[in-house]
Parts: sequence; C-alpha cells; structure tokens
Amino acid sequence: MRFADVGDSALLVETDGSADAHRVWSALRAADLPGIDDCVVGARSVLVVVDPRVADLDRVRQVAGTPGPETSAAPGRTVDVPVTYDGADLDDVAEITGLSTVDVVRRHSAATYLVSFLGFSPGFAYLSGVDPVLQVPRRETPRTRVPVGAVAIAGEYSAVYPQETPGGWRLIGRTDLQVFDAGRADRPALLAPGDRVRFVPR
Amino acid sequence: MIEVLTPGPFTTVQDSGRIGWAHLGVPVAGPADWLSHLLANRLVGNRDGAAALEVTAAGPTLWVDRDTAVAVVGASLQVDDEPAPTGRTVLVPAGSRATVGGTDDVRAYLAVAGGIDVPPVLGSRSADTLSGLGPGPLAAGDVLAVAPADLPPVWMLDRHALPQRRDALRVIAGPHADWFTEQARRAFAGGSYDVSPSSDRVGVRLDGPRLARSREGELPTEGMATGALQVPPDGAPILLLANHGATGGYPVIGVVVRADLPAAGQLRPGATVQFTVVERDQAVAAYLDLRAAADRAVVVG
Repeated sequence: MRFADVGDSALLVETDGSADAHRVWSALRAADLPGIDDCVVGARSVLVVVDPRVADLDRVRQVAGTPGPETSAAPGRTVDVPVTYDGADLDDVAEITGLSTVDVVRRHSAATYLVSFLGFSPGFAYLSGVDPVLQVPRRETPRTRVPVGAVAIAGEYSAVYPQETPGGWRLIGRTDLQVFDAGRADRPALLAPGDRVRFVPR
Repeated sequence: MIEVLTPGPFTTVQDSGRIGWAHLGVPVAGPADWLSHLLANRLVGNRDGAAALEVTAAGPTLWVDRDTAVAVVGASLQVDDEPAPTGRTVLVPAGSRATVGGTDDVRAYLAVAGGIDVPPVLGSRSADTLSGLGPGPLAAGDVLAVAPADLPPVWMLDRHALPQRRDALRVIAGPHADWFTEQARRAFAGGSYDVSPSSDRVGVRLDGPRLARSREGELPTEGMATGALQVPPDGAPILLLANHGATGGYPVIGVVVRADLPAAGQLRPGATVQFTVVERDQAVAAYLDLRAAADRAVVVG
C-alpha cells in the first residue's frame, strides 16, 4: 500500500488490487472520520477527498493501512440483471472471438461479476470477471449515443449504461432495470463497489 | 420568486456541490470559484454554500416579485437600468429588474438573501453540467423560488483584505509526477501555458510545453480531485475544475492547491498561466490564510 498527496485536499491510497481497495474503502466508511467529503474507489486505489481544515490525514492513513478482517469488504449484495441479448455489436463480438452468438451469450451470462468501481457517469459500474475469451477491445469509433440500459463489454469489464451517453463499448444486450435514479436518495445507484452481479438471459 | 427574463450565455445554480456521492460516479459540481461564491453569499447574510447563480461571461436579467436583497461579486450590476454597486448588498425593489453585466474575469456570482430554492437532487441544488443532475442552465421564462429570509443589513466587500492575485498557480507535485521525464517536470514548473477556448466547468485545456512520459502504460482508473492536472497521451495538460468526472484514467503531474482554485476557475481563454510547485504544509497554510482573509473582507457597509 502506498499513500500519495493529491493536492492539499485529497490523499490517494494505492492498493494491490480491487479487493484491497474495497477493504480500505469499507474501513474508511466504517470509521466515519471527520472532514472526509468523498471516498472514491478506483481500480486499484481509493481517493480520500478531505476538508483540510478538519481532516487528520495521519488518522486516515492509519485506518486505511490497517483494514483488519473485521472491516473486510462488507458482504456486497448480489444483483440479478435480466438481459435481452440483442445488442448491435453482438455479431461483431462473435466474429472477433470466433464464438457463435449463442456461446457469447452463454459465456457472458455464466460469470458472476464484481463491481470493481464506478465512474464515467453516475451509476456506471465497472464489472470485473469477464470471461477471458470475451475480452474484446472497444469499438474503433465510439457511438455518439448509447441507449439507457445497454449491456456492454470492453476489455476486462462489462457494464450497463445508466444514462444515454456517448460510448465506445461493444453493445451485446439491454436491460429494463433502472441502474441509476437520483430520486432514490437512499440508493441512487443500483450497484455499489463490492456488489456482485449476474446477468440473466430472458 | 425570481423570473428569468434573459438568461445570459451560460448561467447555472450552484451550491457547495453534490458531496459524498463520487464513489457512485456522481460529479461534485459546485462553484468554479469557491471564494467569489462564498463572498457573494456572505454579502446577503446567507450561510456558506447556499445556492446562488454562477454567471459566465455576462449575466442574466432577473425580475423579482418582492423586495429582494442580492449581491454580485465579479461583474457589474444594474437595477432597472441604473448602475448599482457590486461587492455589496443591494436591495432590488418588488417589481424591479436586476441585470448582471459583463464579468470581470470569466465567472461572477449573484447571491440572493435566503438562497435559490430549486429542488435538491442528492442533497444538492447544483447544476451538474457534465452529467445533467440538478437544474439545467437558466432559460428565459424560468421561475426560481427563493427561500424566505429577513432583509439583511448592508454588507460590503473590502477587496484590500483579500490577497492580490498571484502570477503563478501553486501546485503540489501530483501522485504520478514520476510518470514524466525530468525534462517534462521542469518544463511544467517553468513553462507558460495558454488557456484554450475549449475550456468549461469540467476542465481548463492548456496549450504549452508537451509533457513527455518516462513510463508507458495506462493508469488504472482512479478517483480524480479538483485542481488535478491530468495529462492525456498528447502531452497537453487539462486542469480539472469543479465539475470534473469522479474518476479518470490519465496520470496527474500536479494538483492546484485549494487556495488557488478560485484563480483557476477564472482563467480566461487566451490568457497564459504558469505553475509553481509548493509543499502541502504551505498549501494548507495558504488556504487557512485565505479563509481568514475572507472572514475579514465582508464588513458592515
């Protein structure tokens, strides 16, 4: 684990991997230290954003550095996402991987994914655990608009687009689940770091 | 209430931002210049972080249905076509129009006693111009509720209490400074950058010495802080402002200190900017000094 100042108002905790990052994040959230504005999980890091007038960074380092088993990543929820596998790039993915579209669907829906971190847009969860055979590159030309609910893959991640945004990932299906709703104040994002996800074909 | 007669080129509602949701990919937003926002609110007796208007380039014309105390920081003000003081509590009589003129720099703030009372989204009234959360930019015909407040005493801004703007923005070496060549780090700290016109509340694009990497590979996605100078593969840094995305994937060579974020938020396209590297202790001290100066700068008029 390595700590780095990010200006005077944030501390970056670099970890060995996603599981470690989730442990550090859970420990910091459980400690509820004064002066912490945000704890942002990354692929292998946690960024702790603080009010420098209030926060005690030595204490932050101490809590982040000793995430004991009792503060191991909170048992994330498992969320089932029903998917209609009719994405615009499904045939391309089959061609790139040399699989039939049926096998692409079978492999994508066989895995259990981990919410590694969120970013790009509100509620956009990077789901690790993609079958190595399905790890295809992004499209050469991103789409200017990807529809809400599109289920996509790119590299080592899968995702569900929470909003209509531009996007370069390969679309293989769609879901009706609303993955982000700012009006759901207790739980605006369906998926949080540490949750597990299964895609269920329908 | 306030009715928007003309919105100005780009005017948004901003409070202290959508804090505490970045782990779900939600940008913080909030004012690009936190200091001017804070001063405007104090000039009308609001708590720090109350929702006010952030005006870009030139202002809106607003109509008020009751006697309303307002304050503008960073632009001129007219009430019913008569010049009114800025940096001071101004009473806009019921049925009158308040017009914000051209901004001194890029952004000005208009605060209203009580605060703008648009519905909060995830605890904040800020317009998130990156992801679209919160109210959209002002449009003609919009009606903005104002939270009830007593008319405040007249406050004024003593500019002499505030430090002079510095020539160079202070930065702390970034978490990935070692991803860049020694030459690039020297060029960054000693060079001069032009502010690109394609800058907005998300970030200021800079054109100047290209910053070469000493290390190949991609940065695993990580949380991004306001003030971070991200360097994409083309070597031209982007200074992240208040509405930056929660995470990013480019190495950060330096991070502008909180005391200098107000100046960063006022960088005008075409202007030049330099950076000077400081230690964290100096940066925190500068921030505390600036907060103390802000406390002294708002005085009874």
